[in-house]
Amino acid sequence: MDKPFAITLDVGSSLANKTGSWRTMRPVYVDRLPPCNNACPAGENIQSWLYHAEGGDYEAAWRALVADNPLPAVMGRVCYHPCEGACNRGKLDDAVGINSVERFLGDEAIKRGWKFDRPAKETGKRVLIVGAGPSGLSAAYHLRRFGHQPTIVEAGPFAGGMMRFGIPKYRLPRDILDAEVQRILDLGIELKLNQKVSKILDTMNEGRFDAAFLAVGAHIAKRAYIPAGSAARMLDAVSVLRGMEGEAKPMLGRRVVVYGGGNTALDVARTAKRLGATEAIIVYRRTREKMPAHDFEVEEALQEGVLIKWLSTIKNMADEGTLTVEKMRLDEKGFPQPTGEFEILEADSLVLALGQDVDLSLLDDVPGLSIENGVVKVGPNMMSGHAGIFAGGDMVPSERTVTVAVGHGKKAARHVDAWLQGTVYSPRPKHEVAAYGKLNTWYYSDASKTVRPVLDLARRTSTFDEVVTGLDETNALFEARRCLSCGNCFECDNCYGVCPDNAVIKLGPGNRFRFNYDYCKGCGICEAECPCGAITMVPETI
Amino acid sequence: MEMQPVKFYQTGTFTVGNRLLAEQERSVQANMDRTNSINSGHRACQGCGEALGARYAIDAAMRAARNQLIAANATGCLEVFSTPYPETSWQIPWIHSLFGNTAAVASGIAAAMRVKGRRHVRVIAQGGDGGTTDIGFGCLSGMFERNDDVLYICYDNEAYMNTGVQRSSATPAAARTATTPAVGHDPGNVFGQGKNVPLIAMAHGIPYVATASVANLRDLERKVTFAMGIDGARYIHIHVPCPLGWGSLPADTIKIARLAVESGLFPLFEAEHGEITGRTKIRHKVPVEDYLRLQKRFAHLFGDPPERARLALIQAVAERNIARFGLL
Repeated sequence: MDKPFAITLDVGSSLANKTGSWRTMRPVYVDRLPPCNNACPAGENIQSWLYHAEGGDYEAAWRALVADNPLPAVMGRVCYHPCEGACNRGKLDDAVGINSVERFLGDEAIKRGWKFDRPAKETGKRVLIVGAGPSGLSAAYHLRRFGHQPTIVEAGPFAGGMMRFGIPKYRLPRDILDAEVQRILDLGIELKLNQKVSKILDTMNEGRFDAAFLAVGAHIAKRAYIPAGSAARMLDAVSVLRGMEGEAKPMLGRRVVVYGGGNTALDVARTAKRLGATEAIIVYRRTREKMPAHDFEVEEALQEGVLIKWLSTIKNMADEGTLTVEKMRLDEKGFPQPTGEFEILEADSLVLALGQDVDLSLLDDVPGLSIENGVVKVGPNMMSGHAGIFAGGDMVPSERTVTVAVGHGKKAARHVDAWLQGTVYSPRPKHEVAAYGKLNTWYYSDASKTVRPVLDLARRTSTFDEVVTGLDETNALFEARRCLSCGNCFECDNCYGVCPDNAVIKLGPGNRFRFNYDYCKGCGICEAECPCGAITMVPETI
Repeated sequence: MEMQPVKFYQTGTFTVGNRLLAEQERSVQANMDRTNSINSGHRACQGCGEALGARYAIDAAMRAARNQLIAANATGCLEVFSTPYPETSWQIPWIHSLFGNTAAVASGIAAAMRVKGRRHVRVIAQGGDGGTTDIGFGCLSGMFERNDDVLYICYDNEAYMNTGVQRSSATPAAARTATTPAVGHDPGNVFGQGKNVPLIAMAHGIPYVATASVANLRDLERKVTFAMGIDGARYIHIHVPCPLGWGSLPADTIKIARLAVESGLFPLFEAEHGEITGRTKIRHKVPVEDYLRLQKRFAHLFGDPPERARLALIQAVAERNIARFGLL
């Protein structure tokens, strides 16, 4: 025996003791769906692009972003960001300023001249796209990246659709819009301006198109019958906002009344202020709570001196520039009812902002295609009743926002692509949503939201300069780093650190972790201490 | 005014690692090459706070000592679950001592190293609260008084867990143990003055004394690293929850340790030569009830009706700590 005194056995390692056999519950890594991604109408993978932005790799972040949405600089200005409403950080301090970071990335891309990746292959398939608004541009972009050859036919003199003719300059500067549109066209997409498609099937035949995507915007103003004198100046919101794009600005006068309660009514009132109106009054038949316009836009308008008359309808407009307004009250069901009380408002012009319709005349005589309530009926794959004709944006039943339109464009492009290949596109099933209760928020540093600077009040009511300005690099980085990475591992090493049994194996940067089930006793500390809820415990089959 | 650079890292330094931090600013535990001083296969219960605390502390000490380290280990859970002869989980030079003499054994190793001229080999003594605050207290005090070049680490799980949860002098007031049952009109452990060994260590005027918690890894690693950088007698007292003895869920080990700190019941501070030099502030203060409710050893306080008077006494202990150490 060559062992030391009193030693009879060799030193053994505890690795011989496979403590994994003690386990009744097993930890498993999961990816849950972040609530922001779940809420995004454009289907952006927000968390993934924030992940790149957090590390300061803005180009990677931008590339992850534009995989879903080709218009980040536009989106960072006009999107109503439902993502931020869903953001789990909102329950902790303030929601992450996703929209601000998106805008920063979009602006950075324009500044640095980043271009889209070229398609990997060419299919030679031709797709007709009617309308160069957000939905049409988005569809064209995605189809082009699939290798197809889209051609956009646009009735107006410029691309952009409602982004140009519906959204005022102080919310979306035109150089930004032009830059993002041009980058899409640079992928090799043909754009034909000033050409109205009057018969869709004829245009498809003449151009030998394999499929079509219809994305005509809602440009026709809805009317209300208001008795008016022959000299009364009554306009509609669409033509006022459209007129802002031309050389001759609309003549609205010093006292402007806008009728309606949507975002468009606010846009017109704020535009009137900037054109020099001393008074811009919105007349709306219900209350502020019932107003369809977004609260922050109402707030910005009120700050700029726009007046709003709640619970009022317009009865008539006389020649000498006076309006008769009737007071309303809400009944038990919340509908406005007349009270018989009238008042007189002085107005040089009245602008009606009562909603818009889509011109569907190009679809007359298309077999199989059906129209309900002024919009095209489409299936879950965005295809109309006529095979090969798809539709999206304002043309189909849904909320009419730029973001929804962009989302439709992407969704339709995927289905068109599948249809052209004779297959069916079926999206991957969604993961379970990463609810706030799944997080361990102890681990996140306290940091409230970086508020974007708002243009000085006096300057904003007199000019069409952009009202909300962007974040700079340092605070955009700060904002991106506020992301909690809900439901998806961001390699914080907590599980690797907190395991009392060394049963978590770190696989190195970008490769996450693996459980060593030979030794994992199933205590569950890793799940409890995972900040972002990317671990779940499942029962062992014993 | 000069511009402050943005220094915000999403999870700051609360998580174990952080891909956004520079390599040298990351914790020892985040490192793929950490020592794993106490390896897989040990027989500690599910969710053992002591096994975790020991790896946190010794891995940090190994890095600080460039792996030139010997540890003496008192009898207790840590020794029993890690080294049932001939197997061991320790991946460092390690010696088992008696229950009460680990401070003396470590002092001897330090003396031997000095005699052999191997001053670069650092010595650690470690044990549980029983081996430290009760049985080994005389040897510990002697080690302090002689200023022997040893870092003594006490893993405090507040009772003799290895032998079946008997009370120690570190058991908190009102806690139920095998020897302080929750019966009679004074259920659980007595409301005494306690025995605060970190403060007693400070009274010896030794170079460094600190308390730490498994719930605050960065703080713990910083203190161990600092202690390894100085000579003489040093003492670190680490709070390590015991799911078995405390009657808590294994998954809640770190949460409970965190609540002990956040309620003020386990103050985190450090002292040099008998003077307090630093304290770790409470981030989000919680009432002691949040901490106590998760543990069955305090279940008798939450009957119908709850023991308001006793809860108020425990809260008063927390408030006294907060005031005394300036934790808010």
